[in-house]
Amino acid sequence: MKLTVAQTIREASRSLLLNERGLLFGQCVTAVGWIGGTVPELTEAEGIIELPMADVAGAGMTVGAALSGRPCIYIIRYQGFMWYNAAPLLNYAAKSKDMWGVPCPLLVRSIAMEGAIGPVASAAHHSMVMRMPGMPVIAPMTPGEWLSAWNWWRSHDDPVYLSEHRRSFTVDYEMPDDLRSGSRITLIGISASRLNALEAQKILAESGIICDMLHCVWLKPFVAGEAMRASLAKTKLGLVIDSDFETAAAGRSIAYELMHETGVPVHALGLEERSAGFSPEADNPSPTPERIVAKVLALLNRPQSPTR
Amino acid sequence: MIAPSSAPTSLRSPTLGVFPELYNSSDSEWALRVFSQTCYNRAFEMQVADAAKKGRIRIPVYLSAGQEHIPAVLAEILGPINIFAQHRAHSYYLSFGGDPGKLIDELLSRKTGCAQGRGGSASIHDPKIGLWGHSGHMGDQVPICVGYALAAKKTCLTVVGDASGEEDYALAAMGFAATKKLPILFVCEDNDRSILTPVSVRRSWSLATLAESFGMRGLEITDDPWLIAHHLRELKGQLPAYLNIHTCRALWHAGSGCDGPPEWDRHELTRGTLDRLGLKARRESIEQETATEVDALWKQHLSLP
Repeated sequence: MKLTVAQTIREASRSLLLNERGLLFGQCVTAVGWIGGTVPELTEAEGIIELPMADVAGAGMTVGAALSGRPCIYIIRYQGFMWYNAAPLLNYAAKSKDMWGVPCPLLVRSIAMEGAIGPVASAAHHSMVMRMPGMPVIAPMTPGEWLSAWNWWRSHDDPVYLSEHRRSFTVDYEMPDDLRSGSRITLIGISASRLNALEAQKILAESGIICDMLHCVWLKPFVAGEAMRASLAKTKLGLVIDSDFETAAAGRSIAYELMHETGVPVHALGLEERSAGFSPEADNPSPTPERIVAKVLALLNRPQSPTR
Repeated sequence: MIAPSSAPTSLRSPTLGVFPELYNSSDSEWALRVFSQTCYNRAFEMQVADAAKKGRIRIPVYLSAGQEHIPAVLAEILGPINIFAQHRAHSYYLSFGGDPGKLIDELLSRKTGCAQGRGGSASIHDPKIGLWGHSGHMGDQVPICVGYALAAKKTCLTVVGDASGEEDYALAAMGFAATKKLPILFVCEDNDRSILTPVSVRRSWSLATLAESFGMRGLEITDDPWLIAHHLRELKGQLPAYLNIHTCRALWHAGSGCDGPPEWDRHELTRGTLDRLGLKARRESIEQETATEVDALWKQHLSLP
C-alpha cells in the first residue's frame, strides 16, 4: 500500500523521535488530528514538546534545542504565522553557522492552508524565508518529494524550511514532469498551485492548447533542471505559478532566474494582491485552474518579450 | 523577594537588600579574586573605550564598565556553565575564561578574533567557555537558552538588561522554563536604561515579581558583590530562578561616551569595603597589576598589522 504524504511524515518523525533522540516542537501538536495525521502519537517523554501559545518564544526555544545537537522538528500549524515565527528562525538558526560556525540543524515544517481561514492563516509564505540567507526552502507535495527533502536535511547540518501544504497530506502518488510534443507554454508549479496547474493543463488540452507541466520543489537554492531548460527552449514561453503572493516573491524570483538563464520570457502568477476573507467570494487561494487558464490564454494572445 | 514590588524607581539604591552581617563571614581570598577579575574587566573596557575614541576600533562597542563586577561574581560562584548573554558581554567573556587577546582581535575586526571578526562587540561567542553567540535581537537569548537547557539537560545562565527582559518572547520563555522546572538562572543587569529611557517610563511592573508569578524565585537586589554572591549560593540550588540586579552603566549604551556621573559607583564602593576589611594594600596591588597586564596586552595586539 502506498503511503500518503501525511503517513510518510508521521513515520519519519516517529523514527527520529524514538531512535535518534529527536524532538518535535509545536503548539497543540497533540490536539485532535495530530496535525493532519502527520505527527506520531507519542508522549513528551518520547520527544513531543507542547509549546505555549507564544510563537516567537516557541521558535526561539526550538532554535536553542537544535543548538544542542539533537535533531529537532518545529511545526508551524499555519504558515501565515511565520510572520511571528520568522525572527529567531531567520536571525539565529539561519545565521548561526555563518556567524559562529555553529550549525543549527532544525527542520521547520511550515504548513500552508487555504479555504475559508481568513486573512492570517491562509496561503503559503515561503518567499519571506527565501529572502534571507542560510536556510534552504523546499516545497514538497508528494511522498517521494517529502522524503527526499527529509533525507537532505538529515544528511546536512543546515536548518531547512519545508513549505508544506495541507492539500498534499492525502497525496499518495508522484508528479513527474510532463513534457509534451507541440506544447506552447511551460507551466512551472509550486506548492498546491501544482494541483491546480495540472487541472488547468487538462482544460487547456481540451481546447487544443498543449502545455508542458513541470514541478518546482526546491525553491532555494533554485536550480533550473534540464527538463525546465529543454521545455522553455521549445515553448519559448513560461509561467511560474505559486501559492504565495507575486510581489518580491518566489514566483517572480524563479521566473527572473529562468529568464536570465534561457532568454525566454517567463511570467509569474500567484495570489491576488489583496487580503483573504473568510467567505468564498473574499477568499484568496492558490491560483485556480480558471485563473491559470485565463493567464495562459492572455499570454499566448499577446506578443512576448523577455523585457515586456 | 528582598524588596517589595513597589514602583521600580524606589528600588534604585546602592544598598537595596544589603544587611549588616553580609561582610562578617567574608572570605578575603574570594573577595580579592572577584575584585581582581572586576579590575581586569574594567581595565579592559577602558582600553576598548580608548581604542574606540582613537579610531582603532571602527565598529559599535557596548561596554560593561560600571557593571563589570556582576559577571565576575557569577563566574566565581557558578563556575563553568552555558551562557546566553547579549550585547555588553565583554566582561562575561573575560570572567568565564575567554581569551582576552581573541576578544581584542574581534573588536579590531580580525579573523583571529573569538568570532572570526564577524561578531564584533555585540555578538561574541566562545564554545570553549560555553558562551553562545547573540544574534543582536535583544532578548532572543532567553528563549534560545530555555530550548537549549530543555534539550541538553544542562544548567544555563541567561543575561538580560532591564529593557530586553521586557521582550514578550523573553517573558514567555521564562514562563515555560518555570513550567518545565529547567535549570536556568535568569540574571537581569538592570541599569535603568533602555538606551536612555528609564524603567519607570516604560513599565509599572517588576520583572522579579513577574518571575515569582511564574512560580520561580525572583529577587531584586543592588549590585554589591557580596550580596550577589550571598543570593547566588542559595539560588543555584533552586533553579529556575530570577535575579534582578540594580546597577549603573558607566558609559553610553553604545560607544565610549558618558551620560554623566552614575547614581552610584560600585567600583569605588567596593574599594571602600575592601579597605574596611583590612585589604587596602592588596587591593591597590591588584589594581596596579591588572592595569599593567591589560595595558601590555592591548599594546601588543594594537601593534600587530
